[in-house]
Amino acid sequence: MRTIYAKSAPGRAGVWPRAPKAAASDLLPASLLRADAPDLPELAEFDVVRHFTELSRRNFGVDSNFYPLGSCTMKYNPKFTETVASLPGFTRLHPLMAQLKGAGHYAQGALEVMYELEALLCEITGMAGYTLHPMAGAHGELTGCMIIAAYHADKGNTKTKVICPDSAHGTNPASAAIAGFDVVTIKSEDGIISPEALRAAMDDQVAAVMMTCPNTLGLFERHLPEIVEIVHSHDALLYYDGANLNAILGKMRVGDAGFDVVHLNLHKTFATPHGGGGPGSGPVGVGGKLLPYLPISRVKKLEDGRFFLDYDHPKSIGYMAPFYGNFGVALKAYAYVLRLGREGLVRVSENAVLAANYLRKRLEGVLEIPHNRTCMHEFVASAARQAAGGVRALDLAKALLDRGHHAPTIYFPLIVKECLMVEPTETENKATLDQFVDDLVAICQQAEADPEAVHQAPQTLPVTRLDETWAARSMWLTEDLCGE
Amino acid sequence: MPYVPHTPEDVSAMLAVLGAASVEELFADIPAALRPKSFDLPPGLPEMEVLSRLEALSAKNRTDVVSFLGAGFYDHFIPAAVDALSSRGEFYTAYTPYQPEASQGTLQAIFEYQTAVCRLLGMQAANASAYDGGSAIYEAMMMGVRKTRRTRLVICETVNPIYRTMLDSYTLNLKLELVTVPHRDGAPDLGALAAAVDDATAAVVVQNPDFFGGVHDFTGLFAHAKAKGAVAVMSAYPVMASVLKTPGEMGADVCVAEGQSLGLPLSFGGPYLGIMTCTLDMIRQMPGRIVGQTKDTRGRTGYVLTLQAREQHIRREKATSNICSNQALCALRALIHLSLLGPEGLARTAVASMERAHQAAARLCALPGVARLNDGPFGNEFAVRLPISAYEAIDKLTARGFVPGFPLGRYYAGLENCLLVACTEKHSAANVGILAELLGDIIGGAL
Repeated sequence: MRTIYAKSAPGRAGVWPRAPKAAASDLLPASLLRADAPDLPELAEFDVVRHFTELSRRNFGVDSNFYPLGSCTMKYNPKFTETVASLPGFTRLHPLMAQLKGAGHYAQGALEVMYELEALLCEITGMAGYTLHPMAGAHGELTGCMIIAAYHADKGNTKTKVICPDSAHGTNPASAAIAGFDVVTIKSEDGIISPEALRAAMDDQVAAVMMTCPNTLGLFERHLPEIVEIVHSHDALLYYDGANLNAILGKMRVGDAGFDVVHLNLHKTFATPHGGGGPGSGPVGVGGKLLPYLPISRVKKLEDGRFFLDYDHPKSIGYMAPFYGNFGVALKAYAYVLRLGREGLVRVSENAVLAANYLRKRLEGVLEIPHNRTCMHEFVASAARQAAGGVRALDLAKALLDRGHHAPTIYFPLIVKECLMVEPTETENKATLDQFVDDLVAICQQAEADPEAVHQAPQTLPVTRLDETWAARSMWLTEDLCGE
Repeated sequence: MPYVPHTPEDVSAMLAVLGAASVEELFADIPAALRPKSFDLPPGLPEMEVLSRLEALSAKNRTDVVSFLGAGFYDHFIPAAVDALSSRGEFYTAYTPYQPEASQGTLQAIFEYQTAVCRLLGMQAANASAYDGGSAIYEAMMMGVRKTRRTRLVICETVNPIYRTMLDSYTLNLKLELVTVPHRDGAPDLGALAAAVDDATAAVVVQNPDFFGGVHDFTGLFAHAKAKGAVAVMSAYPVMASVLKTPGEMGADVCVAEGQSLGLPLSFGGPYLGIMTCTLDMIRQMPGRIVGQTKDTRGRTGYVLTLQAREQHIRREKATSNICSNQALCALRALIHLSLLGPEGLARTAVASMERAHQAAARLCALPGVARLNDGPFGNEFAVRLPISAYEAIDKLTARGFVPGFPLGRYYAGLENCLLVACTEKHSAANVGILAELLGDIIGGAL
C-alpha cells in the first residue's frame, strides 16, 4: 500500500484553518524562521480518511480477531469507557488548572476520580496507597524500584542488588538497572522460583526481589509464603509485577500475601485498550512503610470532602510524570471497575483461568505442555515436537494468522524452547476458543503432512513474511532514508 | 455478567473437559493463608449509571473558561477526523505490532509518523514515541551519556521546569552530574551555557521556544557543544516548528518534543506523546520501538519493528531503556492531525497563534506597570511582570471566566508577580480585549 506521502500533492489540504493576517516574518526575524516548509502530507480530508481506514484494515485488533497474546491480557475493551474518557469536562481540563487556586479547586471532579480509583486499587490489591503517575508497566517498575532505593537509602542501607527470576519480563531487569541496581538472575525450577535457589542468591546487598505471580509460565508461585519470609528476613522488599493480575482478582491480594510494592497494568487487567503499543497506565501501590516515598503530587481529601494535590512529602522520589499520569487511561479503568464491581471482578479472574485451562487441556495432545498442571490465566505450550520435523513456533504463529487468529506470544518466556504463550482472557466465548483449537490442530496436521505449506504462511494477509534482517541492515526508517 | 460470555452450560462443559467439579478448584494452588482478608468493593453498576456518575464528576471541573494557560501544553483545535480515525477498533484495540504481517496498519502508520516528525523537526530518524516530552528529555540525555561515556549534563533553566523536576527524579540513582544554567531575565544565557559545556559534558539541553515563550537560534551553542564532543539536545514545540528554524538546521543531535499540540486533548495531563528524533549516527542509542521498511517474500513493501537489539526484551538490564508500552495511539493521532493540516494548515495554526499572542502582549503591556521580562522575539507565549501578585490576578480573573495564564513564581524564585500567557488560534481578538480590560480593572483596583 502506498504511503500517505506518495498520495500527497502540493497545494492540497484537508483542513484549512482561517489564514492569519500576519506572516511569520512579520512577527519574527527571518533568521529565526525555517528555510523551507516541512514536507508534510497534502491531501483532501476524504483522502486522509480513506488512507487511514485502509491502514486500519491491515491490522488485527481485539475487536476483529481472537488475540491470545500471552502476558498482554488482550480482553474486550468496553466501548462506554471511551465515551467516559471523551467527556468534555475531562478532555478540556488543562492539567495546570489544578495548580492554581487551592491546589485543585478548579479540578475537583478529576481529583475525585483519581482519589477514588486509588482507593479501589488499594482494596483490590490490599496495598496502603497508590500513585497513578506511571505511564506504562515498565514506567511503574522504574517508579517501584526508585521507591525501593529511596526506602533503603533512608534507612541507611547501602544495598546494590535486585534479584529477578529467569522467567521475568525483560522490563524487570531493565527497570532495576535504571534505578541504579545491579541485576542478579536466578534460575526457575519446574517453572517456578525455588526457595533454595533464592536463599543461595540472597545476601544483605539485595534490596529487592521482583516477582510475577502467577509467573510468565502462567503458574502460581507455590512457594510464595516461604519466598516472602526469605526476602523479608534479609531486610529486602518484595516487588509484584502486575502484568498477570488478571488471574487473581478476589482470589489473592498481593498486599495480604506479603508484597511490598506492586505495579498494575490498567491496559491489561482493567480493560483499557492498548492502542497498538500504548498509551498504557502503570499505577504503583505500596505498603504502609513505603508511603512517604511515593511520587508527588498525591491526591488528598479534606474533612469537608474537597480534594487537593499534596506536594509536601520530603521523602518522595519526586516527579515521575509531568502531571498525574495518563489520566485519560485511568478514567477508563475507573469506569470499568465501577461497572464490574466486586462480583464482576471476581468473575473476570475465574473465567480467565477457566478459559486458559480449557485451552490447555484441549491442546494437550496437539502441542507439548512442559508444565502441564492447572495453570492460571495463561499457559505456555511448546512446539518442540513440531520443530523436530522442521516447523517451528514461529511457523505455527504465522499459520494461525492465516486463520484469523492473532498469534500467541512466541519465544517468551526464554526458558521454554519453541514456546507459545497463550492467554485467552475471560471475554472470548467458547465457540472462539474451540475454533482456535480446531485451527491449531489442523495446522499441526499440516505441519506433518506438508511442512513447506506452513513455512509459507501467512498467505492471506496484506504481506507474506517480511525480511527483518534486511530491515535492520538497510535502516530505511523514514521516507527520506533510502535503504541500500 | 458484563463482558463474560459464558453461559452456565458453557462453564459446565469446560469444567467437564478439565475433570474439575468447580471453577474454584482451579485456584487450589493459592493456599488458604494467601486468600484475601477483604475484597470490599461496591457492587457493579449498569453502564448508564456509571456514565451519569462520571458525567457528574466531569461537571465538577472548571472548563467553562477562556484560558491562556500553556506552559508547554496547548489548546489547539483538533479536527473531528482525528477522533473518528484513531478510534477505529483495528487501531486502538491492537497490541504492540509483534506479528508484523497482522499489523501492517500500525507499522506503516508509525513509519509515516517517523517520517512526519523528522521532516517537521529537520532530523533524520525517530522512534515510535516516548511517554511524554519530559521523559523524552531524560531519554535524550541518556543517549548523550551512552554516546560520550561522560556523566555531566548541562541543562538550561529555560527548559520547562516541570520537565526539570522529572529529570531530578530520574537521575537520582544514576551517578550523573546535572548542571542547571540560570536564565537571564527569562531567557537562556547563551554565554553561560557555552561556558558550562566543557570537555566532560555528555549533553547540553535547551528548549525552543523556551519556557517563557522566547524564540532563539542555538546554532552557535550547538557548534560549541560539538567541538567539545557533547551531544546537543533540543526540546521543541511541534506546532511552532512548522515555521521556526529547525533543530536540524541548528545542528541538534537529538530533538525531542511534547506532541500534545498535534491532535491530543489536554485531558488533565495525559495521555500525551513524547516525540523523539535524532541524527542517523545516534540511532543505536535511541530507546524504544523503531519501525523500518522492508520487503516480503514476494518483494512487496512492508514494515517491521527493527534494530531491536537495543531493547529490553532482548538486552534486559543492558538495554538502552526499559520502555516497552509507549504512546503509539497518540503518535497515530499526531500523524492523522499532521496529515489533515498539511504544511500550510500547520503554519497557519502557528502564525495565527503567534499573531494573537503578539496582540495580547501589546494590549497587556499597555497597562500601567505591566512589562515583558525581556524584549526578545517570541512566538505564541510570553511572560509579563505585573504590578500585583500573579496569583491574585489569576484568582480574580478566573472568577470572571478568564484564566490569564500560569504563575511563574510557582517554579521561579523572584518571579512571583510574573504571568506566562499563551495564545492559540482558538483565541479571538475579543478574548484578548476582555482579558486586557479585566486585568486593567484589577490593577487599577476596580475589581
